[in-house]
Amino acid sequence: MTRLERAAPIAFGVLGLLLWQAAVGLMHVPVYVLPGPIAIVAAFWADHASLLVSLLSTLAVTAVALLAAASLGMVLALAMAASRLARAAIQPWAVVLQVTPVVAIAPLIIIWVNQQFAALVVCATIVAFFPVLSNTAAGLAATPPELADLFRLNGATRRQTLFLLRLPAALPYFLAGLRIAGTLALVGAVVAEFVASSGGFASGLAGRILESGYRLEIARMFAALTLLAITGILIYAALGAFERLILRRFGAGPPGDAA
Amino acid sequence: MLRLNGVGRRFANNVTALENITTRIEPGAFVVLLGPSGCGKSTLLRILAGLDAPDTGSLTWDDHAPPGPGDIGFVFQDATLLPWASAEANVFLPLRLAGQSFETARPVVRDSLARLGLAGFEQARPAALSGGMRMRVSIARALVSRPKLLLMDEPFAALDEFTRHRLQDDLYALWREARTTIVFVTHSIYEAAYLASRIIVMSPRPGRIAAELTCGLPDTNNRRTDPAYAALTTQVTETLRAVMPA
Repeated sequence: MTRLERAAPIAFGVLGLLLWQAAVGLMHVPVYVLPGPIAIVAAFWADHASLLVSLLSTLAVTAVALLAAASLGMVLALAMAASRLARAAIQPWAVVLQVTPVVAIAPLIIIWVNQQFAALVVCATIVAFFPVLSNTAAGLAATPPELADLFRLNGATRRQTLFLLRLPAALPYFLAGLRIAGTLALVGAVVAEFVASSGGFASGLAGRILESGYRLEIARMFAALTLLAITGILIYAALGAFERLILRRFGAGPPGDAA
Repeated sequence: MLRLNGVGRRFANNVTALENITTRIEPGAFVVLLGPSGCGKSTLLRILAGLDAPDTGSLTWDDHAPPGPGDIGFVFQDATLLPWASAEANVFLPLRLAGQSFETARPVVRDSLARLGLAGFEQARPAALSGGMRMRVSIARALVSRPKLLLMDEPFAALDEFTRHRLQDDLYALWREARTTIVFVTHSIYEAAYLASRIIVMSPRPGRIAAELTCGLPDTNNRRTDPAYAALTTQVTETLRAVMPA
């Protein structure tokens, strides 16, 4: 990628913002319909304490949900890899959970799980766990057959084959799934917050967005939205960096650990 | 070493891969299975390894005990190394699976790498090695458990001519020194003639033994230019021409 290509998205974004600001100013669009970028920044600055506290609340749900999704996806993938019966039993239900919109089941979960944070985490986990599950399962199934033969020839136990061959071979798949799950966990958290907010709970960013909508504080709404978008990008980038770091370090240690 | 008694293998799609293979692998022999693609050479090698079972016939081992873990070394056409592990860790793998600690195994692992000319590359990971060096690691791994039988499935087919010649020379030298029994699959007449103490020529589908040639090339350092080598390749070529369908 050349430097020009690297700079292109930023330049394009800045150009867009300039045009936006100019259009809003020249056409006298009222702020309660479409605020300009400067009004949005001002709205953020005026209310940054409340917005950042809400962001932290959303982030906490996202982080716990991501951890839960990673563990749940990994455990289910292992079960599916270990037994064909388990695979047959789990796979259709994983798909059912994946295709059911979380907005539709969130009200039920919020009624059943009588603690707001836990209910939000459950919703976000349901959205986020599928890519971890399907990627890890694909990785565990993609063990090179010749290496599996080699392990068999040398009398490897199932445990040895799992830990020395199948899991390490599935690691890149798992990490790719985790990267997708990170942004999905954020999406799931916000969607669940919207549902919960209508029931009176409103500590996350979704609560701020709804609240701004009711009060016609559109600039504040945009500020919250922008915050969400930036957070999503940062989560994606951070998990991408984590993935590269692990894959680069992996195997560089002493042979006893590496193989 | 072992005897094959009328070994046959038919796959589920009704393709007969092998039919009535009866021969003997003598201890210390360098047996080359030579034949065109699809003649069942690799299937036969997998049966010898115990990775596949014959539908008819049987294998009889000389000491009546089937080989245990580590008794058979297998080298695949690709190096099939663990990409995340160093050369050393890859060679250590068979011993690790047998329950050895790396501290105990280190001298054997180092020795095996050194024999294949890989001293100084212990920490290199497969991605940092050339195709020929990866194959050397693979052979070092197959030899590290001091197997009674070394099975090689077209190990040099994917390498360039120069690398292939060097690896053939080194493999031959290793065999001459240790006299490990080797069964080597190839579709190259020249490779077969250069390495083998006996060549088993196989006919295509169903795979049968079409001819067996005992080779006795002189143990000189320039076998490749020896007239006896040229004569042997001619003999093998003529045998193949006689058994192949037009």
